[in-house]
Amino acid sequence: MTKTIKEINERIKKGKAVVVTAEEVIELADAKGFKKAAQEVDVVTTGTFGPMCSSGAYLNFGHSKPRIKVGGGTAYLNNVPAYTGLAAVDIYIGATALPDDDPRNSVYPGSFSYGGGHVIEDLVSGKDVRMSGTSYGTDCYPRKAIETWINIKDLNEAVLFNPRNCYQNYNVAVNLSDRVIYTYMGMLQPRLGNANYSSAGQLSPLLNDPYYKTVGLGTRIFLGGGVGYVVWNGTQHNPGVPRTAGGVPRSPAGTLAVMGDLKGMSPAWLKGASFTGYGATLTVGIGIPIPVLNEDIFRYTLVKDEDIVSQLVDYSQSYPQVQPGSLGEVNYKDLRSGRITINGKQVPTGGISSYAKAREIAQLLKRWIAEGAFFLSEPVAGIPSADSGVSCKLLNERPMPKTRY
Amino acid sequence: MKQKRVVLTFPPELVEQPMVYNLIKKYDLMVSILRANITANEEGRLVMEVRGKKNDVDAGMAYLASIGIAIQPLAQDIKWHEKKCIHCTFCVPTCPTGALQVDEQSKLVSFIKDKCIACEICVKVCPYKVVEIQF
Repeated sequence: MTKTIKEINERIKKGKAVVVTAEEVIELADAKGFKKAAQEVDVVTTGTFGPMCSSGAYLNFGHSKPRIKVGGGTAYLNNVPAYTGLAAVDIYIGATALPDDDPRNSVYPGSFSYGGGHVIEDLVSGKDVRMSGTSYGTDCYPRKAIETWINIKDLNEAVLFNPRNCYQNYNVAVNLSDRVIYTYMGMLQPRLGNANYSSAGQLSPLLNDPYYKTVGLGTRIFLGGGVGYVVWNGTQHNPGVPRTAGGVPRSPAGTLAVMGDLKGMSPAWLKGASFTGYGATLTVGIGIPIPVLNEDIFRYTLVKDEDIVSQLVDYSQSYPQVQPGSLGEVNYKDLRSGRITINGKQVPTGGISSYAKAREIAQLLKRWIAEGAFFLSEPVAGIPSADSGVSCKLLNERPMPKTRY
Repeated sequence: MKQKRVVLTFPPELVEQPMVYNLIKKYDLMVSILRANITANEEGRLVMEVRGKKNDVDAGMAYLASIGIAIQPLAQDIKWHEKKCIHCTFCVPTCPTGALQVDEQSKLVSFIKDKCIACEICVKVCPYKVVEIQF
């Protein structure tokens, strides 16, 4: 049994495509048998909704009269600094950017109540955002300062462009120390007080296509409630980690860079987030359709929470100090039960990525496809897979020569 | 047996009254202090749980009111903004009383007001500011 994306799109056009979510497909294969289900299903939809720090948006706000070149100058959106190392009126607002006067962790733990992620949520909500900028002035761009309201509907372009989203699996964070610690995996209580995990598990896009056999550059996806595309592998893409027999990476592995028109997105699926003691970020909703081109691809979509394992990592010492080793392996079925056992101790678990919302995204994408509003795209290039030799390396710090005064 | 969680606000002149002593000795109530913010010569606030026979609880509350203490149910001061919640379950393991729960089937988080003791741990933990406690 083989199908092509073109054939699947024909079936979508005729309203005949069989689309199921990554959760439903498990039951379907159980009920109908593998062969029959593989034949029937055209598309499996996945979803994930969690904080993804390597996110941001570039905006072109249009030229003012007289002109100003904030490129090389400064720009702020609701007091949050945007990156200006681009052309005159192009800026990039990153999810973790903070106002210059945010106290950060100087009063520990900081609350980080408003940052770049919140600016993006406000923009996509259609709220007016206060923009201020400065420049040095040139003959062709004489103006040196600007202060105005901007609104997403008036921007020439507003494009979400995230260099690393959609992590394929993630660590489970615990704290072995004697004090509360505040991390990007949340507040971790001392002496194994809680364990936090962050993956949509059996619904997660890259866990349903573990060797990136269908997802590639140009894959059309659900992004932030609108339509987006996979444009590259994500930063820190690390496909070569040890895997289970079913292909599931046992630790964080593949990542995706994605982009899409922010104007078509929704604040329901792009949410500013504040992590006490850590920082601000953006919670992003992503759904990827997996075309069932053959039985191999179908088999991977049947992955269950109990098949997906992850590493228990101590965030008080081993993570910050980059000490290798894991406290053990746990699966997502156990994590989602609300309690796991570590060294004989019962430890309550909390999620960072929302399973309920991942489910909603997979359902939404399924509906779009079933209604003929969303077609699959043919990737133009693949993403480096487990055998590519691509890996995520640590920094090789080289000592600088001491400057003489 | 009756159980009640209340927020008490009392003016500076009542700060030194043996109020808890009276509730226990005269009204035979079990008193658990959940939170307290009391400074001499300033307005004080006390969040407490009282347990006892219905008549005793009512009489104890009437006594507090009679000496000039404002009483309001704890639940009134806690807001859980359901629309903001993304149901990530981040808060669930940190809640000491099980007021924040996740449904096994729907995976949706819910908040049971009566179980909340206003410890505010979830306020710090939730990245989306879903819980608001006004004291």
